[in-house]
Amino acid sequence: MDMSQAAAIVLSVVNSIALLVIISVGLAVIFGMMGLINLATGEFLMLGAYMTVTFYRLGMGFWVAAILGSLSVGLFGIIIERCLIRFLYGRLAAMMLATWGLSLIMIQVVTLIFGTSTQSLPTPLGSFKIGGYSFSDYSVVVDVAALAMLGLVYVVFTKTRYGTMARAATLDATMASVIGIDVRRVNMLTFGFGAALSGLGGALLSALAGVVPTFGQQYVGNAFMTVISGGAAVLTGTASASVLLGGVQGLVSNASTAFFGSISLLLVAIVLLRFMPNGISGKWGRRF
Amino acid sequence: MVETKRRRRLAHLSILAAALMLGTTLSACQGGAMGGGGNAASNTSGPIKIGMLLDQTGELSLAGQPMLKSAQMAIADVNAKGGVLGRKLALTSYDPQSDNSKYAQYANQLAGQDKVDVIMGGITSASREAIRPVTDRTKTLYMYNEPYEGGVCDKNTFLNGATLDQTISPLIPFGIKKFGPKVYVVAADYNFGHDAAKWVQKLTAKAGGTVVNTEFVPLNVSDFNSIINHIQAAKPDIVASMLVGSNHVAFYRAYAAAGLNQSTPILSETFGLSGEQVVLAPKEAHNIYVAASYYAALNRPENVAFKKLWHQANGADYQEPTAQDVDVWNGIHMYAEAVKKAGTTDRTKVIAALESGITFDGPGGPVSVDPKTHHTIYDVEIAQTNTSHTFDIVKTTPQVQPTWEQSVCDLQAKPDVNKQFTLP
Repeated sequence: MDMSQAAAIVLSVVNSIALLVIISVGLAVIFGMMGLINLATGEFLMLGAYMTVTFYRLGMGFWVAAILGSLSVGLFGIIIERCLIRFLYGRLAAMMLATWGLSLIMIQVVTLIFGTSTQSLPTPLGSFKIGGYSFSDYSVVVDVAALAMLGLVYVVFTKTRYGTMARAATLDATMASVIGIDVRRVNMLTFGFGAALSGLGGALLSALAGVVPTFGQQYVGNAFMTVISGGAAVLTGTASASVLLGGVQGLVSNASTAFFGSISLLLVAIVLLRFMPNGISGKWGRRF
Repeated sequence: MVETKRRRRLAHLSILAAALMLGTTLSACQGGAMGGGGNAASNTSGPIKIGMLLDQTGELSLAGQPMLKSAQMAIADVNAKGGVLGRKLALTSYDPQSDNSKYAQYANQLAGQDKVDVIMGGITSASREAIRPVTDRTKTLYMYNEPYEGGVCDKNTFLNGATLDQTISPLIPFGIKKFGPKVYVVAADYNFGHDAAKWVQKLTAKAGGTVVNTEFVPLNVSDFNSIINHIQAAKPDIVASMLVGSNHVAFYRAYAAAGLNQSTPILSETFGLSGEQVVLAPKEAHNIYVAASYYAALNRPENVAFKKLWHQANGADYQEPTAQDVDVWNGIHMYAEAVKKAGTTDRTKVIAALESGITFDGPGGPVSVDPKTHHTIYDVEIAQTNTSHTFDIVKTTPQVQPTWEQSVCDLQAKPDVNKQFTLP
């Protein structure tokens, strides 16, 4: 194996990790901070992708379209929290059914509006070469974006006033409200933030894959695997699970085929959860 | 401790939830057959009834809607020219809603209650295999107007679409001759992809080339990084792509984004079936060669006339017709010719007429029935993607026989054979 082949494998493994981060970080925020299982998470990705395609068609550049797409899913998340989610806190099964129903409704509504045909926008930027291998610039953008999303989560939850309040509300909602934190408002913002992160994930994916109403379904399994394997710690858990699962998937795909890569991801997640039922971060004392 | 328990319960519930969602996706792919239905007696007066099953809603509606428009056009065309045996053609159509169990149900209804003279339709191979048992049992003639993987051998069934064998046979030797002998195969990981990969293997060897690697990609995979690396390591002269569906569109993207499409062309039998040439930007769809029995760019008088009718009926801005739309048009005209020749709609006599070698000058070139296999002899076009989201014709191979079907299926010598042959 020469240097350029090694570089190709490293880049592709890093990209597999980054793809897991961008699909799961929104889910991780909602799950980790609110203890809420959002089964519509795949449809938040899908909505982000559709909004990005729409803004792009309206003549905006891809980057602007992606950010607007992400923000509009965040806004949508806030509306959903106000109209649906807030009535169901503490009722886990009801919450799962409601978000699952939401996901079905979203798929059907998007089908009605956009039809079943594949929508897409071209992958931005060009390619670069290392030795005999060429790579797309955009895959590096996705890597950087994944890091930036983790960085954003870190900054928002540790460096801002809202973040401190959100963590307080997570640890003990009653106590938090006693000391004057408006837990309902915090929950609304957290749900919206998680939705916006999922929306950004979908926006980034829209330039890679074809966008169809069932777009989210292909990612939701891996997103749940990553978040559950990561455990309750939003940032460190998701990051370490992405590195582990994405790393194994990337290496196995490169050494054999994409088929075995997909299997290896699931296998590692199952074995990991057998021995660490609370995920990688389950035994870590800190929540973040 | 309470906290830990809650987390654990959450974890279990969410895994269950993920499994549930996977389950619903899978169960959507399954169908079932229904019983019932009697013998369809051939009517002797009134209009000749053509039963049509093409999805107008659901995921296959994208293909089904223009195909039904094509059927309506063909029937209007036959009727405008005086009909058949002094009788008009009449269409009875149901929407199977992209659901295979509805195919069996509506096929029963067409045969049993509506007593149609012929059933046409079915888009996927699964839907065809849902219809075929019903038409066989109720002794109703069946025509499948759709390109498919090949190999069906059934006295009661006529297959009016080009087979994999017919379209790939000219494409692979063309690619090897033009670009070089080393072929890398990427194919969708299901029945069709595996069949297609076997065909590429066989034809590459025959044309003096070598398949350097074959990679099967599950339908839900859209991360093509590792595959792009494998292709770059193998340095093939050509990539043969038999990928299918919206996730696999990502392959052409990743391939172009890595700059590979500048150096290594792609040959594909499937590119364009999901409108890939429209979905992808021209620079992403650059350097891709495809093959089918029809492309809208064909410059034949029959095609010019057909496209004029097509846009008159469906609007000037309506999408261009595709091979499957033309297959429907051809199928109905061939059936009309066969009834004329038989002098009746009686099933056995119409089958005999079709087997006598009915020929129709379709938009894509002359098409005729192969009596031994009930398949169709077609002109096959090789085309190349261009910068305006369509295809340019590169080469026409006239009158391509269903050679492989002819080697395994002979319905004149063995009319009772009823199976689908597959490549070993």
